[in-house]
Amino acid sequence: MSDTNVTTAPATAVAPTNDDISHDPAVKALVKPTVWQRWRLTIGMVIFAVVMFLLPLYLAPDDLSNGVAVMTAAVGGFGLTMLLGQAGLLSLAHSAFMLVGAISYTVLASQSTYKPDPDKGQVLDHFGIGLPPLIALIGAVLIAGLAGGLFAPVSGRVKGIYLGLASLALVYIMFFVSKKFPELAGHASGRPVPGFSIFGFDVDVSTPELFIMNVPIGRAERLWWLYAILMGIAYVLMRGAINGRIGRAWRAVRDNEAMATVMGVNVARTKMMAFIISSAYAGLAGVMAVWQLQLLTPDESAEQGKFSLVTAISYLALVVIGGMGSLLGAVLGALIVFGMPPILNAAMQTGGAAATSGTAFSPTVIATFIYGALIVLIIMFEPRGFAGIGDRILGLFTGRGRKNTAGLVDSGDQPGGREDADPTEGTDAETKV
Amino acid sequence: MSTFMQVLITGLGRGAVYALLALGFVIIYKATEVVNFAHGSIALVGGYLVFVLRDSVGLPWIVAALGGIVTSAVLALLVERLLISKARLAHHDSLAILTIGLDTIFLTEIIRRLGVSDNPNLFPSVKPLRIGDVSIQGIYLVSMITALIIIGVFFVVFQKTNWGTSMRAQAENKEAASLMGIRSGRVTASAWVVGGALAGVAILFIASPSFAGSGLSATSHALALAAFPAAIVGGLSSTEGAIVGGIVVGLTNSFGEFYVDKLFATVAVYLVMVLVLVFKPSGLFGKVEQRRV
Repeated sequence: MSDTNVTTAPATAVAPTNDDISHDPAVKALVKPTVWQRWRLTIGMVIFAVVMFLLPLYLAPDDLSNGVAVMTAAVGGFGLTMLLGQAGLLSLAHSAFMLVGAISYTVLASQSTYKPDPDKGQVLDHFGIGLPPLIALIGAVLIAGLAGGLFAPVSGRVKGIYLGLASLALVYIMFFVSKKFPELAGHASGRPVPGFSIFGFDVDVSTPELFIMNVPIGRAERLWWLYAILMGIAYVLMRGAINGRIGRAWRAVRDNEAMATVMGVNVARTKMMAFIISSAYAGLAGVMAVWQLQLLTPDESAEQGKFSLVTAISYLALVVIGGMGSLLGAVLGALIVFGMPPILNAAMQTGGAAATSGTAFSPTVIATFIYGALIVLIIMFEPRGFAGIGDRILGLFTGRGRKNTAGLVDSGDQPGGREDADPTEGTDAETKV
Repeated sequence: MSTFMQVLITGLGRGAVYALLALGFVIIYKATEVVNFAHGSIALVGGYLVFVLRDSVGLPWIVAALGGIVTSAVLALLVERLLISKARLAHHDSLAILTIGLDTIFLTEIIRRLGVSDNPNLFPSVKPLRIGDVSIQGIYLVSMITALIIIGVFFVVFQKTNWGTSMRAQAENKEAASLMGIRSGRVTASAWVVGGALAGVAILFIASPSFAGSGLSATSHALALAAFPAAIVGGLSSTEGAIVGGIVVGLTNSFGEFYVDKLFATVAVYLVMVLVLVFKPSGLFGKVEQRRV
């Protein structure tokens, strides 16, 4: 960021007036995107759409449900990687915001249910409003975002690792809420979650009537497509935010708050926006998680479970492994952290008593070892994670020219390269949390 | 009144153990600026060794306990020597994430090793003590006395010996300290050893049913997490703050548990932490970070 000052200062000095120099043809030529830069998002999304449309026709239902879990994690990962890598705010509360989203959706989308009671006849079992799923989804995402905004008094004042530890509190608070309000979050036996349906197209179908290439399009396939669409939208929106004005503000705040203030960035508001957007993404991931399970159950403890500290740490692992701030890295990280246990499970062919007896090296244990070790190795040797490794490999093919731009310009979701001409900026910034 | 006294003493006894954990945490933070997320699992590894030495090898409890404390200290030393000191270029917040990676590995391995066996109780049962109409759980009395002795010794050492002076010097200004001839590698390594040993002492109390409701298990690790709020409330850079924070956490926990319920007690600790952070972002006794522009 500091470099922008250095380069613009002489330009304004030479220019007769102090006008905005962005209309200067010379400047425009300098920042003009190449054809590849202009079209790569469209090309990428078309490829993504075709591949994601075709995959369910070839994959088995088990693989599809694993893929759906990975896509859920990727969407949550987008939110956290932005928060940590772009805005430089450490959060261990991602799973808490997922729970906010999951509870909100379930309450908004389902009807109130009552159970018979010997004394009063009928008592409220589960509270619900009964909105259409799409409205409930949007509502849940907004509520999760709002919850992130409510954390602003802490997230705006508390810095660095203090913030990470402070956000730990949210996991405990949400666990407490989910236990104390079973009317909202479900009793121990769980609360059914309404599936997604829009314009008569229902995701939860028992008997598929639709066939494509002789493949029955059942729930697994429909869920896959729905999640692929949501993931695509989530990616494009986040990429736009990171590329845009607010993304530059996040990076400015991350690198130097004082400098950002001087450059006209409202630091408190920028941090709050980062938290709001990140927790809205977590909320969406939470809804996606309960859609797949079709059941919302409170966790057994605040440390272990679907919306617990362990999940928050898995998301952190995902972000670190993928490369902090990189969206495509988050997808890869989701594949490693959330996709590995089922893959290992299939590869080891264990199952049965050995896998559940506790002392065995179950696939989950091995997957945890691998991602724990990956976190350690990545921090030690390549703080930019797999995104950084990918840049290095690309750099081997495109020669040294890329190195001068710090691997930021063309990494797709590490935008802002046009501004960060400083070669040390990219590597330096990534190591900061 | 007698129940109030009982809850108070329970809180102080728990607080003493949290203070030990938080003190180790703060010493490590002061020396290396690394927030050690693996603190709980370093304690857990020591606790597991106590269990192995006592039940599988058959050593007397006191020897096994010492073995566990030494294990925790050595493990912390290894983490510092092999990982933290080798990754000098990484930002210290990144190193905190590295310790999260370590924590998942240690925790998963110990839980896997413990398996479905009964959670071993690491502390021999102590008879409850009666003073008037107040009955005190023995373990809380022992934990208070142990913590008092250890913390007292630590502060004497911290203020009077060469080691303490070099620790404080390094925490003040690392470059200046090393220019004055203080070997920063030794100081940081010893800080990790002390931190690990304190965690090893704390787990002896945490992994006992009369303290936590169960023996050595994932729950012990969850309880050890309370060292974070304890250290944060007091301020990460203050050793005195760690003691105060530990006692605040212990009291909040025991009063919350008695007057509301167990679920609320855990949350209350974190609520207190958030409240403190909102008003004092560096904790009660923490050094307020001043940034030169």
